[in-house]
Amino acid sequence: MTIALERKDFLRIVAAGGAGLSLGVELVPALAAAAVPAAAAPPAFVPVAWVEMGNDGLTTVVVNQSELGQGIATALPMCVAEELDVPMSSVRFRISPAETKYYNPAWHGIQTGGSKSTPSMSPIMRQAGATARAMLVTAAATKWNVDPATCSTANAMVYGPAGQKAKYVDLLAAAAALPVPATVTLKTPDKFKIIGTRQPRLDVRQKTNGTAVYGMDVKVPGMKYASIEKPLQIGGRVVSFDAGAALKVPGVRKVVQVPSGVAVIADNTWAAFQGRKALKVTWGPGPNAGVSTDSIYASARTLSKTPGVVLRTTGDVTSPLSGKVVTASYETQYLAHAPMEPMNTTADVRPDGVTLWTPTQAQTDSQKIAAKIAGVPLESVKVVTTFVGGGFGRRGETDFVEDAVYTSKAAGVPIKLVWTREDDIRNDPYRGGSVTAMTAALTPDGKVTTLKQTMVSSSIVARAIPFMFKNGVDPLAGNGLTNTAYTIPNQLVDWHRLDVQIPVGFWRAPYANANTFAMESFVDELAHAAGQDPVAFRLAHLTAGSRPRNVLERVAKLANWGSTLPTGHALGVAMGQWDDAWIAMVTEVSLPNGKIKIHRVVSSVDVGQPINIDGLEQQIPSAIIYALSAALGGKITFADGGAVQKNFNDFTVLHMGDSPQFVVDIVRSTEKSTGAGEVGVPCVAPSIANAIFTITGKRLRTLPLNDALNA
Amino acid sequence: MVKLTVNGTDHVLDVPDEMPLLWAIRDVVGLTGTKFGCGIAACGACTVHLDGAAVRSCVLPVKNAVGKKITTIEGLAPVDKPHPVQAAWVAENVPQCGYCQSGQIMAAAALIAHKPHPSDADIDLAMTNICRCGCYPRIKSAIKSAAAGVA
Repeated sequence: MTIALERKDFLRIVAAGGAGLSLGVELVPALAAAAVPAAAAPPAFVPVAWVEMGNDGLTTVVVNQSELGQGIATALPMCVAEELDVPMSSVRFRISPAETKYYNPAWHGIQTGGSKSTPSMSPIMRQAGATARAMLVTAAATKWNVDPATCSTANAMVYGPAGQKAKYVDLLAAAAALPVPATVTLKTPDKFKIIGTRQPRLDVRQKTNGTAVYGMDVKVPGMKYASIEKPLQIGGRVVSFDAGAALKVPGVRKVVQVPSGVAVIADNTWAAFQGRKALKVTWGPGPNAGVSTDSIYASARTLSKTPGVVLRTTGDVTSPLSGKVVTASYETQYLAHAPMEPMNTTADVRPDGVTLWTPTQAQTDSQKIAAKIAGVPLESVKVVTTFVGGGFGRRGETDFVEDAVYTSKAAGVPIKLVWTREDDIRNDPYRGGSVTAMTAALTPDGKVTTLKQTMVSSSIVARAIPFMFKNGVDPLAGNGLTNTAYTIPNQLVDWHRLDVQIPVGFWRAPYANANTFAMESFVDELAHAAGQDPVAFRLAHLTAGSRPRNVLERVAKLANWGSTLPTGHALGVAMGQWDDAWIAMVTEVSLPNGKIKIHRVVSSVDVGQPINIDGLEQQIPSAIIYALSAALGGKITFADGGAVQKNFNDFTVLHMGDSPQFVVDIVRSTEKSTGAGEVGVPCVAPSIANAIFTITGKRLRTLPLNDALNA
Repeated sequence: MVKLTVNGTDHVLDVPDEMPLLWAIRDVVGLTGTKFGCGIAACGACTVHLDGAAVRSCVLPVKNAVGKKITTIEGLAPVDKPHPVQAAWVAENVPQCGYCQSGQIMAAAALIAHKPHPSDADIDLAMTNICRCGCYPRIKSAIKSAAAGVA
């Protein structure tokens, strides 16, 4: 049975690698919980794939989304517990295997990204909880010979009309014998006891005592460690190599060429790294030979002056502009994802199949590529998803999985393939650079009549999801511009694909993370050109009673927009969105010693019905801090087709001392729940740039802002 | 051969003198709570205690740890009796992805041991560990709770 196999594998990992981990002590969580001895009784009641109720009174929720830190392995169990009427203290989770029965319909497979986990899976998980509850109620009602409709539930108990009561745990066997109901009724939001409350993370203990098992921590019998020497020039290829000195490094066992470079296989990670240093590799030039930051932006700036392919057009965008015409051009920089856990995967390629232990956001894609490389059927590739040390879109790629599969295939043993931080920074599918040329016309009373935006950026879709790239159009490229909430009668968004072979990828709030900088900086410029307050100007272009207008009104009030601040301080405002989630942000900035200091970030956010308030209060500051690193100083530059930066010493990220105060205001909506991992990102850079304009009168139109300030 | 004392247990390891302590702990001793993040002492994910002081084990050759008391996250406190810093981390629901947290907790525990009531400035100065999930506000708050003994 597949589940039992999975458990045995987990046990193997934990028993081999998890010294200090005492099995059975940790009741709650994924990997340790999944390491229940294989001999343990199967759960007594499994009404649907997602819910396993045991005779121990515990409910295990099977989570098909990767736990990247975003708290989905708490939020989805909350949805089950809500409808099932069990206390969260009796709920634990495990991460699902990559089997079809656990597929997420939004992805036609198993994948985590795009803030899609909550909107796609929360209804399914609520349905699952309600289904289990209905069957337990029917079991009790049958026993009592009463109408199930006269029964109620609370706290893992069924109550009958005449004061009867039964514990769920005593009804499991009877419920398991019942047919699964075709339809069940979900609670209305006014009945919620768990959804919309603050709940502690189910993985918090493991993540504070060293027992959480990440991909980096996997150890399987017979495993060797490997690391791949890769070209400095992106897309460069091995011409020849001399492994003589590498093979003399103590602990190095074997050196093999793989598509991405030269793999050193060793007894431990350090030996593999040392072996890499001793390799002599001759690299051939790739498609990026001669490409530099200057050459990329020179090409992009030229393109931005000509019309591109149309992404959105409304109203009349061909007549000559009348009224006050404003133009400006904005540039965003390349950025690495740089999650804390460097890329890694453990692969065991055998003639009969492959097992992957991987910190991935893309289980199904990993399964497919491993099957192809190993030449085995898809069904014989097992994917064990570990805890994931940060994702941000980086782990939706399969490059690090491919590295492990190729190396294990060549070595004939299980391989833990580890990237260094330098490999990670230099071989990232980056957040791409962009140039966006904006033009607008204003009426005398300060209304925008026409807005034209010509963007130049690389296409993530063309590389990563080629079937979606049709007729030269990347359908996502306009995110943050094409779906603006502002009422503008005439709008044109066109786009040029920047044809550079440096790969770009989905980076927290993809496309919107760059486009919103142009949009919300420009809207601020228009407000000043119209002689209006930036908040009032925005409100005048938002529909009364709409969700985006509501968050802007709330944040302006909460941040005391318009109040007097200490000398040298200013507030900047921006608003943005991610799918159906809305945010407005006010940031307090000053410029001591020519460096940007962020004092306070106030946000109002509407993500529909919130699931875990505590999770949202983590995710919004999380996204803001991630975006602050990018807005203030983060950048990747290129020389001869390779990244200049290589580690956290030169790819700068925010430290605690620079972290501002946060105020997060969550709209208590009952609209459809949506994701919250990305919506906090887009407003950060423009809100800072807008505040800096108020302080200095100087408009910063390029990122990162500390560079622009001192340019 | 190198003799290390990790969490009170002696280990005799057949590793080169120059191997960083991080890899000896993780790959050879088999304690994986201490993490690899950068390899250049820039991120702090590899922080352990050496005679009670927080050190970044990814750049510390094992020969320099010989004869010293090495404490990793696994040895900070018994699983059923967490260290006050760990208790504060749980109470304030600090971790997100969790990968940097062993290092953060070890750095915070060393800070409090050295300075039982750290100011904000003390915390900012001592806590230079990187967290890409942005747990900083809760980390700071949890350090204060742990220092105040309220966790």
